[in-house]
Amino acid sequence: MTETSPVSALRTDVPPAIAVQARPGISLTLTKHRLALWLRSPRPYLMLVGFAGFLGFWYLSVEVWKLPRFSQMSGPTEVLREWFSEDPTYGLSIFTPEYYMHIWVSIRRIAIAFFLATAIGVPLGLFLGWSERFKQFVFPVFEFLRPVPPLAWVPLAIVMFKGSETPVIFLTFLASFYATALNTMLGVESIDVSYVRAANCLGATRWQVFRHVIVPGAMPFIFTGLQISVGVAWFSLVAGEMVSGQYGLGYVINTSYTMVRYPTIIIGMATLGLVGYVTSAAVRLVGDYLMQWRTRELALGGGQ
Amino acid sequence: MSVQSAVTQDRSPALQPARKGGVRINDVVKTYGAEDTGVLAVDHCTFEVQPGEITVVVGPSGCGKTTLLNAIAGFHSITSGSIYLDDEMLCGPGKLKAQPGPDRIVVFQNGALFPWKTNIENVTFGPMMQGAMTRAEAYDRARAMMADAGLRGIERNYPGETSSGVRRRVEIVRALMNNPKILLLDEPYRALDSLTKSVMHEALLEIFYKNRVSVFFITHDLEEAIFLGHRVVIMTTRPCRPKKILDIDIPHPRDYSVLTTKRFREFMEETVAAVHEEAIKAFAAGEKER
Repeated sequence: MTETSPVSALRTDVPPAIAVQARPGISLTLTKHRLALWLRSPRPYLMLVGFAGFLGFWYLSVEVWKLPRFSQMSGPTEVLREWFSEDPTYGLSIFTPEYYMHIWVSIRRIAIAFFLATAIGVPLGLFLGWSERFKQFVFPVFEFLRPVPPLAWVPLAIVMFKGSETPVIFLTFLASFYATALNTMLGVESIDVSYVRAANCLGATRWQVFRHVIVPGAMPFIFTGLQISVGVAWFSLVAGEMVSGQYGLGYVINTSYTMVRYPTIIIGMATLGLVGYVTSAAVRLVGDYLMQWRTRELALGGGQ
Repeated sequence: MSVQSAVTQDRSPALQPARKGGVRINDVVKTYGAEDTGVLAVDHCTFEVQPGEITVVVGPSGCGKTTLLNAIAGFHSITSGSIYLDDEMLCGPGKLKAQPGPDRIVVFQNGALFPWKTNIENVTFGPMMQGAMTRAEAYDRARAMMADAGLRGIERNYPGETSSGVRRRVEIVRALMNNPKILLLDEPYRALDSLTKSVMHEALLEIFYKNRVSVFFITHDLEEAIFLGHRVVIMTTRPCRPKKILDIDIPHPRDYSVLTTKRFREFMEETVAAVHEEAIKAFAAGEKER
């Protein structure tokens, strides 16, 4: 029951206004509609139960049962009290300006790195998928560099780039860039050859095929790539911030560890989780907006 | 060129046969792979598609009919022989691959409406890409043609929001927008259920009577072939070559009552053995390959 009801709700509850008259540019209607469906389904409540279970386990293991390896760890009450304290013991809570400074610095790094990764990764992926010759030149190098994890780039990044900011952004950029470029390339390669042939029949030039078939056809994969990309950007950002930099959430976690501020570590981690979740959701929202055709197909229960 | 004049041309439903759109397939051979070791798909194939008529090619799956269509459309090269559209050589000695163009438009087996464009954006795609019409002209004509084909009210929907039958009709209208000389249909109704299929057959004939464009139609469904075709070409299994060519003298316009007539059944009887024989050969060949 719980599994089928959201699906059947999707099929039957699509208001005719959306199914028949929707026009490009009103994707918010769809987002709102989805939100309403979501609230009516059991999913938000299951989600709350999941979180309650998680927090409950943490609370019991640390504060009630005091399990052996958990003795050093901060319990949820301690963390929450610190997090929302106007006068935090370890100097970081939602009332200290520093907290927002750390968030802001991390988000700014993510934004710059994600922007660069998208601006370079999407065109590169499109050309990799579009031109066999170009792929033969570039792809082997790409595949050779891709398995090298961002952490392994740390020394070179510090040598290559000046200051403390650019190395971190470079490290953050790397993993994002691979994810975006690779998914975009797969997106182009996944396009049914019939679409290209149909466009050729209808008199489209090579450039028009690229613009009207290849780019929109690869779009679903591109956005899958961007969602992965923004996720892995956070991974490598924290790695980068632990190594260099004076601000940022990764920096908070690392310095709190060396200075034995355990609740602050968890505040840093939880904030990372929240902010990371919001950035992924934002990318998905932009994707929905740009791919109305897909959103609506899915809302109707899968067109084809 | 012809597209330009189409804008001003009166689209009256007159049944005057088109003078254009004849295709001559002349001793065409297609081998996949090397000439001596490769697979022979089309073997010295010669027949004609009369201008303004529906020619249906019937043969077992994988017999090489689609290879022939791809050669006409310009998706694949041929190995030898030649193909003419009216008096223009599409491919032949010295130019083994035709150039795809809006004078021959393919309607694909699984449909190839762009799912990321609305129906009307799909329909106007040809003229817009070719720069043959302004945006306003293209949209006006598209709306008129879609209304004509019973497709009013779905212009701004995406193909994924409409039924597969509607999608096929939109795709045919998208082709007709370019005033093609010939439509190349590659088993366009294969994926449809039989009820939708029968509706689609009548819809296709209606569109055909209004537009009088030559049609090259591929299928493995004999009933469909005889119902639609002025001429039915039955192919041998791979390598493909015409085995039997029939002129179906059941008068047009046809509708579904034709299916129960004596003449229709005579054609079925005359051809069903030939088709069955090839199907058995194809099946046996498939067994051998395993």
